[in-house]
Amino acid sequence: MNLKELTHSEVRMCEGHRLCAGCAEPIIARQVLMATDKPVIVANATGCFEVSTTIYPFSSWNVPWIHTAFENAPATMSGVEAAYKSLKRQGKLDQEIKFVAFGGDGATYDIGFQSLSGAIERGHDFMYVCFNNEAYMNTGIQRSGATQMGAATTTCPAGSCIPGKREFPKDLTKIVIAHDLPYAAQASPHNWKDLISKAKKGFDTPGPAFLNVISPCPRGWRHDGSKTIAISKLAVETCIWPLYEFENGKWSLTGESLRIAEGTREKRPVLDWLNSQGRFKHLTKGKFTSVADDIQKNIDAKWEQLQKLCKM
Amino acid sequence: MGEKMAVNGDTAIAMAWKQINPDVVAAYPITPQTIIVEAFSDYVHDGEVDTEYVCAESEHSALSICVGASAAGSRVATATASAGLAFMWEMLYIAASMRTPIVMAIANRTLSGPINIHCDHSDAMGARDSGWVQIFGENVQEAYDNTLIAFRIAEHMKVRLPTMTCIDGFIITHALERFEPLDVETVRNFLGPYQAVRPLLDLKNPTTYGPIAMPDYYFEIKYQQAVAMEEALKVTRDVMAEFAEVSGRKYDLVDGYQVDDAEYVIVAMGSTAGTLRYVVDQMRADGKKVGTVKVRLFRPFPMEDMAKLLKGKKAVAVMDRAMSPGTGGALYSDVLQSLVGMDDAPLVINYVYGLGGRDVMPGQLTGVFEDLIKGNENRINYMGVRK
Repeated sequence: MNLKELTHSEVRMCEGHRLCAGCAEPIIARQVLMATDKPVIVANATGCFEVSTTIYPFSSWNVPWIHTAFENAPATMSGVEAAYKSLKRQGKLDQEIKFVAFGGDGATYDIGFQSLSGAIERGHDFMYVCFNNEAYMNTGIQRSGATQMGAATTTCPAGSCIPGKREFPKDLTKIVIAHDLPYAAQASPHNWKDLISKAKKGFDTPGPAFLNVISPCPRGWRHDGSKTIAISKLAVETCIWPLYEFENGKWSLTGESLRIAEGTREKRPVLDWLNSQGRFKHLTKGKFTSVADDIQKNIDAKWEQLQKLCKM
Repeated sequence: MGEKMAVNGDTAIAMAWKQINPDVVAAYPITPQTIIVEAFSDYVHDGEVDTEYVCAESEHSALSICVGASAAGSRVATATASAGLAFMWEMLYIAASMRTPIVMAIANRTLSGPINIHCDHSDAMGARDSGWVQIFGENVQEAYDNTLIAFRIAEHMKVRLPTMTCIDGFIITHALERFEPLDVETVRNFLGPYQAVRPLLDLKNPTTYGPIAMPDYYFEIKYQQAVAMEEALKVTRDVMAEFAEVSGRKYDLVDGYQVDDAEYVIVAMGSTAGTLRYVVDQMRADGKKVGTVKVRLFRPFPMEDMAKLLKGKKAVAVMDRAMSPGTGGALYSDVLQSLVGMDDAPLVINYVYGLGGRDVMPGQLTGVFEDLIKGNENRINYMGVRK
């Protein structure tokens, strides 16, 4: 895989969508859709990505695409895949088709979690990609189960008594891995090679695959739109969002995370991450700086645990 | 014709599905629907159908799977009841708006609370405005026949709307009755092969399903659904006529029984319609001019047919096996609307009855006729409740 070849790949999601400048979602989606030469059918949960790419009567989609509701992209995709299997078995269809569902963290960690778990347990042959921007951005930056501790959102603001979100996010990737599915991974759009190779594995693996991708949101995270890629890289370098994969029962670190574990790359302090975004600014000075220490301790403990799982 | 046999309503529906051989079935178990999916699972696991059967983890997902499968370009069936239908509520509207011709069997059961597994029509009434065609069956034979008819209505190119066929929970779902299926060849000829419209699986014509429609387009999309519903009225009539040709069983959108010279009429849906014919026979034997009307097609509501049957009557009682607290039942509103502008329209009163599976005894229905004859003008009445 090289960049030059990738630039010649089919344009499956085209320009003209209404996502914000600097939004990571279309960057991630394009990388994912570059990862297979096979025909693709896309399902989407309700969210920024859905509303911004399909304002009727316009559509950014050059491939078949379906959205039905917020909490059910995995179920909707299960239905499409079930129809494909049935028609193929009956000899009414012969082409090989890949299925991918996109959803934000609200659709994935929270309201659509049951649907995701059910579709994975049933073993549908599809890949689910979560754009994790760590809050409900489409409705105006409300807290989700993926929101980082200490982050300010409109439903967990940086108040004078309570400094943003009080809980750590749930570790959804590990919860999904507990389903013992064939393939799951965490990725980041700054490392396109890592992300695309993981998406390729997800597409090529028979059965369900899950990709959880950190997705900076300039509006919700309070950073300049030009910093999206730099901030997604920082998420990996601080180990708040390690790159790893779970492939047929084996855990492996990848990209910068592997190099940090091997000692050839520096693990940066979480303060670098917190300082890069306005949603954490109340933690970097004043009476709530101890929250930053708690976050660092949590990152360190989880990083240790992950390295053990990856036999580092 | 197939052989005569004794089965319950749920099994009859599963047998219809087996003959239809849908491409995809996705469902979640709920009493009193469960026998349908259990029986159908046997056909799947014994290799008697080509169906991809998806055991969903909830009713919300079951209908989401059906919408995805239907949009993909396959023939789809499902079944539910009560809380399951309520849990599908969001997806009912989406299935209708996306014009996915899914056929769903409803084993009518009340809604919690208190939790209760028995029959009334509260579940189906909650789906009344969702844009689904709704057909009510009276007995096991109709449970089967309506299933076949429903696919033809749903898939008709002028309709393309999801369709639900309702039967009374336990009273029909679990009761053994004599029934006569068609042979499989007749069924398959009657339905014909499934014709997909812009299926997702058509890679040459990539289609965007379920885009966001702003105020500049949303209303027109909903209007198209209203037009399709109007078409469904005519299409249902035509399909029922065609069904009569292949089965010998004549159905209409609303069936009148002894209404021609009747002065007093009771209107009902579901299994109560059968009890009412018995009551009418008894009272006719005593010289009472009574008749009854069974509503088979509830959405779209056949208002003109209803008006024709009720014209010239002295008084009418509408039986609602569901209630809208604060007003009468939904069927009552529809019957009243059917009579607007009629000269000398009959007095129409409402009886809410049989909630949560409360037994409906012939004597009680005789009592309703007697109320009408006595001139009861109380608009909303509750039959058989302890006050």
